[in-house]
Amino acid sequence: MTSIRDSSGRPIVVVTGMGVATSLAAGKTDNWAKLVAGQSGIRTITRFPTDGLKTTVAGTVDFVPVEPFSSTALAERLADMVAAEAIAQAGIGTKGAFPGPLFLAVAPVELEWPQRHVVAEATGERSDITYDKMLRVSGGGRFTAYHRRYLFGSVADTLAETFGTKGSPISLSTACASGATAIQLGVEAIRRGEADATLCVATDGSVNPEALIRFSLLSALSTQNEPPSAAAKPFAKNRDGFVMAEGAGALVLESYEAAVARGARILGVIAGCGELADSFHRTRSSPDGKPIVGCVRNALADAGMTPDRIDYINAHGTGTPENDKMEYLGISMVFGELAKTIPVSSNKSMVGHTLSAAGAVEAVFSLLTLAHQRIPPTINYEIPDPAIPFDVVPNKARDARVTAVMSNSFGFGGQNASLILTAEPT
Amino acid sequence: MVDAPSSQPPRREAWVTGIGIASSLGIGLDAHWEALEQRRVNVDEKSFAPFIIHPMAPVSFDAQIPKKGDQRQMEAWQRIGTFAAGLALDSAGLKGNTAVLSKMDMIVAAGGGERDLAVDSAILSAESQGNVAPGFLNERLMNDLRPTLFLAQLSNLLAGNIAIVHGVTGSSRTFMGEEAAGVDAARIALARIAAGQSDIALIGAAHNGERRDMLMLYEFGDFNLKSHYEPVWARSAHPGFALGSGGAFLVIESKDHALARGAKPFARLSAVVADHVRRAPGAVKATLEAEWASLRPRKDHVAILTGVTGAEPVTSEERAFLAEHPDVPVRATSTMFGHTMETQFPLGLALAALSVSRGALFPPNDPTGLEIEMTEAPHQIVVVEAGHWRGEGMALVEWV
Repeated sequence: MTSIRDSSGRPIVVVTGMGVATSLAAGKTDNWAKLVAGQSGIRTITRFPTDGLKTTVAGTVDFVPVEPFSSTALAERLADMVAAEAIAQAGIGTKGAFPGPLFLAVAPVELEWPQRHVVAEATGERSDITYDKMLRVSGGGRFTAYHRRYLFGSVADTLAETFGTKGSPISLSTACASGATAIQLGVEAIRRGEADATLCVATDGSVNPEALIRFSLLSALSTQNEPPSAAAKPFAKNRDGFVMAEGAGALVLESYEAAVARGARILGVIAGCGELADSFHRTRSSPDGKPIVGCVRNALADAGMTPDRIDYINAHGTGTPENDKMEYLGISMVFGELAKTIPVSSNKSMVGHTLSAAGAVEAVFSLLTLAHQRIPPTINYEIPDPAIPFDVVPNKARDARVTAVMSNSFGFGGQNASLILTAEPT
Repeated sequence: MVDAPSSQPPRREAWVTGIGIASSLGIGLDAHWEALEQRRVNVDEKSFAPFIIHPMAPVSFDAQIPKKGDQRQMEAWQRIGTFAAGLALDSAGLKGNTAVLSKMDMIVAAGGGERDLAVDSAILSAESQGNVAPGFLNERLMNDLRPTLFLAQLSNLLAGNIAIVHGVTGSSRTFMGEEAAGVDAARIALARIAAGQSDIALIGAAHNGERRDMLMLYEFGDFNLKSHYEPVWARSAHPGFALGSGGAFLVIESKDHALARGAKPFARLSAVVADHVRRAPGAVKATLEAEWASLRPRKDHVAILTGVTGAEPVTSEERAFLAEHPDVPVRATSTMFGHTMETQFPLGLALAALSVSRGALFPPNDPTGLEIEMTEAPHQIVVVEAGHWRGEGMALVEWV
């Protein structure tokens, strides 16, 4: 019998349920089919007027209607969908009673423009709207629903009550590494023996005018709007920024011991987690690559692995000139010559950058890669960048023997997180 | 390979070895102790009338954030937090200790930064006159939003700024979710240290209470204290919270780690518990009772330090819980500090650790008589936080 503990003597943490939604589709089956077919979920934005914007494309999830639109409401709907999918697959607990805590990666929440307009209108003013005037009409119960909706903890509150998770639900943000951090928190709770199961969810519904403009003002977004499907070009020489996208991912994690005891099907193992903060700059990585190197090394050490054990890297691969260069530098410093031969692909070339959700969405895709022994491609890779000699699995999916995957996530604010996923307990 | 034994490793003891507080009452531990002894309250009933707030005391940020460029990249809540984090590192004797800071874990409880109210107002004013083009909002935001404002608002950039300014880089995690985020930051940091997943952590939060956009969010739920200030226990007929500005950070480390570097403890952080109940009548009281029972506090030399908000119905629930423990001296931080939201629980931890280290509880500040004198030295302080809408947490801070 395989041990229930890893090489460090900790409980092995396995995945028994997965859910995913992206601009490609809802659910694992359809997402995987489109991902390995190299399809793009990026489209021209129709949700709001794009007049005057430099970027007019995004990976919006338009097949989940939310009226009136609110990014927080969409994030909650997506989280609800993927959590339900993951719990159903795991077959754990009873309806409305998940036997463990919730860790939710979610974008910071604030009142949004459609709702701000409603409050402004309630002032009855036809000019000179101020916050003082809006404050005068805010109370009295007319906008109670806005308080509930725009608390930072609101999405987690709702999910915790829907799925009956245990204890205090944690809403977290480590920017674009949030999804990986949610998984790491879940892994740590099981390793501590606090819980036999955890529900790790990451969601993002951020494609609204202000969020898009904020990223645009930082020159982070691709402006190659035509055709939309070609906008996200990770690792290509002509890459010019990331493409904002929406989506969600969920994992049910369990101790191997608990999963085996209840006869659950094991979908994969979270073998290691690593993180390290970068103190160089608010949006840029340290030019020496050390924080990324340290993060990747921490993940390998946590998994008790050497770099040669990794068969595939699911890259952060945003398609910004800076990220992809730094990711190559960091990986090559850890993997040496192997960096040129290990397949490294970016799911973001197809689904876009799902921001707070990306780490979990890509963990699900990494587990599907292990399950199908097939690596999704990096599409839009027409012009190789000689400075980044990765095998990016260009444009077409590839069958391969994959036993261990590294999935990387890096974010503004010096956030770095890496996960190592395997098919079987080792 | 044979199965390893399934027994859990023993829990490691965790100490509070650094405290940093900056608030409406002042800067640093001595200033706070003196203000609490004198029952001082710094409240502003005019600037945001009819709303009451506790404004930040004057701060020279240069003392902890030497580069003006860094200060400019931050909004008020980030400056307050980065400043308080620096005080905590100073207090722990770790400022500039790269060897420790590069391995120090960080969990920050955060909301977000203030919007550009002038930009919002100008857009809403123009739109209210009608006949704006479809791309009007885009055009105004593209032209009027400062590019760096985004970073000054992003929740995880308080932690990001602490990494940049103070070099705390072991890990960086930001929890969101109002009061509960502050509880969970301490809870997870302690659980990791106790289990050997971490040796030393910086935890805390910061809040800028002087913000119309946040007053608006809470006004939607009728939670703000209006018209005039009263101590928090005296608000039964006039409920609500007065937002407060402040930052509170703590350095928590394993006892072994502290001993190895010769660090002195303020207190032991023995336990942090948290829950989330649907708020049916009686539910919060029952949850607080269950949490209290799980901490098993002693019968004497024990006090309660609560972040009770003043909002209803939760304050009445908490009052009912306290009524079950009439002999235990209680202090409500909101009377003096206002409600600092994510910061309220770390602030409670900080004041509890300070009190046990000084061998005294600060005097009551309560005309209703709920808060009683404590003449003996507190050996245990239970820190309580029941969120205005969701989240109930408690911690046990003990004398070492």
